[in-house]
Amino acid sequence: MRKLVAFVAGLVFGLGLLISDMANPARVLAFLDLLAIREGTWDPTLMVVMAGAMTLSAIAWRLARPRRTALFGGAMPGPARPRIDARLLIGATLFGVGWGLSGICPGAGIAALGLGGAPVALFLAAMVAGMALFALWERGLARVGA
Amino acid sequence: MTPDWISGLLGGALIGAASGLLLLGAGRIAGVSGMVGGLIEDLARGLPGGRAGRRPSAETALFLLGLTLAPALYLSLGGIREIVVEASAPTLIVSGLLVGFGTRLGSGCTSGHGVCGAARLSRRSLAAMGVFMAAAVATVALGRLV
Repeated sequence: MRKLVAFVAGLVFGLGLLISDMANPARVLAFLDLLAIREGTWDPTLMVVMAGAMTLSAIAWRLARPRRTALFGGAMPGPARPRIDARLLIGATLFGVGWGLSGICPGAGIAALGLGGAPVALFLAAMVAGMALFALWERGLARVGA
Repeated sequence: MTPDWISGLLGGALIGAASGLLLLGAGRIAGVSGMVGGLIEDLARGLPGGRAGRRPSAETALFLLGLTLAPALYLSLGGIREIVVEASAPTLIVSGLLVGFGTRLGSGCTSGHGVCGAARLSRRSLAAMGVFMAAAVATVALGRLV
């Protein structure tokens, strides 16, 4: 049952990205382009999507609060870590620059793959390579004891 | 682009509902970069979920499978949106590498920090979201000059 829940959640998550047009990099860039406000061509759709998503997500977190286990088994996530460190801030900066270059983030990229063809596949291949590089880099740090 | 409020709200609600379903049903956070990165590391180790104390990654794989198949459901429901990628191939490669490395270093992307973490008012996620949004906006603004 947990497996079915995960599959359906992925399917609905992707459907939401496609219906809201957030899987479309051009739509995301039209939001990130704040200088377009001056020209009257700015597209605030992403803000509306985020508000809708975060509202339902916040309700789910509220419902999850008294639970120790999930409905279909498995532990609930622990409390959020509080520490804001350099890794978080540098990582978020690198991600933001990468996102701004193409308008594609990980979830949107995967949901767009079936419709977006080669450019989306190229992005995803590079993203996977970036993640693999991170894993190697971290392993290197562990070896030198940093 | 012309703002699309209704589709934005509907799609956003689906994204939030899917995250809530995964949280309440399976106890998992719908963070796409963490899922892809975790899956890569599991595969690299040869045994899915091999590391001691780690939950098996079947749910992760099935969520990502659902996300990948979302375009089929979208098209069968009569969806007509197109995916428009404006970035050149070299830009897509740099973008993908930064998104892959940065989301792993910063422990999350638009879904994990944005839809999930910020909605539970996690300090780390709120900080990460502020930083990656600012970095993306700055990148698009600088791109206008080039």
